[in-house]
Amino acid sequence: MSSRSLDLQGVSTTFTLTGEFEMQNIDINTIAQSDLQAVKQNHALTLLHEMLRIRRFEEKAAELYSLGMIRGFLHLYIGEEAVAVGAMQAFGQQDRIVATYREHGHALARGVPIRSLMAEMYGKANGCSRGRGGSMHLFDAGRRFYGGYAIVGGGLPIAVGLALADKLQSRPYVTACFFGDGAVAEGEFHESLNLAALWKLPVLFLCENNLYAMGTALARHQSQTDIAMKAQGYGFQGEAVDGMDVLAVEKATRRVADWVRQGKGPYLLEFRTYRFRAHSMYDPELYRTKEEVERWKERCPIATFQTWLRQQQLLADTTLAQIEAAVDHEIEDAIVFAEAGPSEPVEDLLRDVYTQEG
Amino acid sequence: MTYREAIRAGLREALRSDPRVFLMGEDVGRYGGAYACSRGLLEEFGPERVRDTPLSESTFVGAGIGAALGGMRPIVEVMTVNFSLLALDQVVNNAATLRHMSGGQFSIPLAVRMATGGGRQLAAQHSHSLEGWYAHIPGIKVLTPATVADAKGMLLAALQDPDPVFIFEHAMLYPMEGELDEDAGAADISQARVRRQGNDVTLITFGGSLPKTLEAAEQLASLEIEAEVVDARVLRPLDISTFLTSVAKTHRVVIVDEAWRTGSFAAEISAQIMEQGFDHLDAPVARICAAEVPMPYAKHLEEAALPQVGIIVKTVQGL
Ligand SMILES: Cc1ncc(C[n+]2csc(CCOP(=O)(O)OP(=O)(O)O)c2C)c(N)n1
Ligand SMILES: [Mg+2]
Repeated sequence: MSSRSLDLQGVSTTFTLTGEFEMQNIDINTIAQSDLQAVKQNHALTLLHEMLRIRRFEEKAAELYSLGMIRGFLHLYIGEEAVAVGAMQAFGQQDRIVATYREHGHALARGVPIRSLMAEMYGKANGCSRGRGGSMHLFDAGRRFYGGYAIVGGGLPIAVGLALADKLQSRPYVTACFFGDGAVAEGEFHESLNLAALWKLPVLFLCENNLYAMGTALARHQSQTDIAMKAQGYGFQGEAVDGMDVLAVEKATRRVADWVRQGKGPYLLEFRTYRFRAHSMYDPELYRTKEEVERWKERCPIATFQTWLRQQQLLADTTLAQIEAAVDHEIEDAIVFAEAGPSEPVEDLLRDVYTQEG
Repeated sequence: MTYREAIRAGLREALRSDPRVFLMGEDVGRYGGAYACSRGLLEEFGPERVRDTPLSESTFVGAGIGAALGGMRPIVEVMTVNFSLLALDQVVNNAATLRHMSGGQFSIPLAVRMATGGGRQLAAQHSHSLEGWYAHIPGIKVLTPATVADAKGMLLAALQDPDPVFIFEHAMLYPMEGELDEDAGAADISQARVRRQGNDVTLITFGGSLPKTLEAAEQLASLEIEAEVVDARVLRPLDISTFLTSVAKTHRVVIVDEAWRTGSFAAEISAQIMEQGFDHLDAPVARICAAEVPMPYAKHLEEAALPQVGIIVKTVQGL
């Protein structure tokens, strides 16, 4: 395992801190040393809090699924939380996010309100997509969260286009595009990397390599299993990052997001991670052993981060209990919100197929 | 002015009047467009706004969707409908769905143009007429300009539309001469149009079959049959009321559609007329479509596969 470090200096002059889900800009080069320590602790605890929120949200979603409250496809992100939480630290409010169907974690880490996410899973009109999207199609225009794509690879061209729009309008924004290792086999992956590099577009390609595309292991779907390396074929840089280490994810993403923001073209990060749960709720997991899953669980991004925080004297038991309680409360509140939410009237079935003008 | 020149005039006007508009596609720049629609535009507007793309239909159509989400007004040229098959995922799964799937949070003001149709001995992979397929999909609009005026006016209308609009330009029409009012702006894209008045039979068609149908109507006139020719113009959303008004007058309908008969758009028009205008009909709705065969290369075989003036005349006489 890589050695963890919370050293963020030199990454960027301003450091966007997402404590308490509000963005604050802090200049870490000028801040007093004593304050820096507090900022670091606050930030580290925020990362933990964010990861726990995703974990508990999804555990609850699985429970609600077995109770029949949530239907359709449900793809859990459990085990991969460090990727969404770490990476999302690198993006400002104006940056754009494109995700997959396994995107509860990305939506939560981006700040999409948990109530509207839960209501969406319930198919309610107060869900973030008015109950039209469900678990796989979460959207939030205000937070520049562009969804929620369930055709593997289908989000990459959209991200390229968003970045093209920013480039044509001379805006300094980054489009972050998350996708799985399975998407790397799709033509759209290769077309998108080529086009983004050819036109030097501000896209950050973020591959969540969890070693499986449904039940097909990486080595059974890739002739070259080093995904990061593939960027070189298109003339730009890629690198692999330990996706189980939230600090490593954050640090790498901040660094390359700065690069992309400077107009130097796209960048590819491959996060090496693992999905602890089944692919979806229908998967009997015939393709991997329990032992393999257990071995990866030893590297749980949340448990290992907690251990490290304790070693650094950054996490007291009382603090952890407070975070857990806050998360539980937030999720219970979201369920109440979702259950009380209105159903879209059937008379409105055909709304939002086309834009209503006037 | 030709149909091609009208498209170019529309492109130029759009690029001049709105800085958010840009054109991208294979060979739209240096080459001037596979059908020369964009010739001269690279020189006038530069490579940022007239962008040659690699052969990546799926990704540049998807990038058009993304750019539209990002505040631009992209015009994407897919060289021909045949190659648009590589981009169908982006069209069907993204362009058509994003607004609805997001609960109305996003609009996608995207115009996609492509050449369609057969008739030039290009054989089975370069002669498709799939606009009817596209018209199957809610969430997009489908236009089939058949006149010089519509070639320009529909493009401008598409750029004013907040939703994705697909424009099918029949390849046989590019050299066609016609009238164009220089100041004409955006065309209406909600209605069908009667192109020729008549009381005896209604001929409904669209796109590349319009000139053939009008010619057939002239021949019928010499046989003392006055055909009313209705140009559907917009396949989605479909203006069925203009058809019904005509049918109420003529009581007979023939639909001319260059696509294969089975599951054709002609079948859809026919079904809707029977559902809503059955009482007006004095004869079953007739359809003239392409033969159910991959398009052959040989000239006489291709002619036999496609709707022609002669068969239109004969079908009307047999009603
Ligand atoms: C184009 C396409 N083909 C097949 C599927 C069915 N499918 C859904 S997820 C998936 C595996 C994708 O794996 P990966 O990209 O690694 O993402 P992960 O699920 O591991 O996060 C498959 C085959 C799909 N949704 N889209
Ligand atoms: Mg995977």
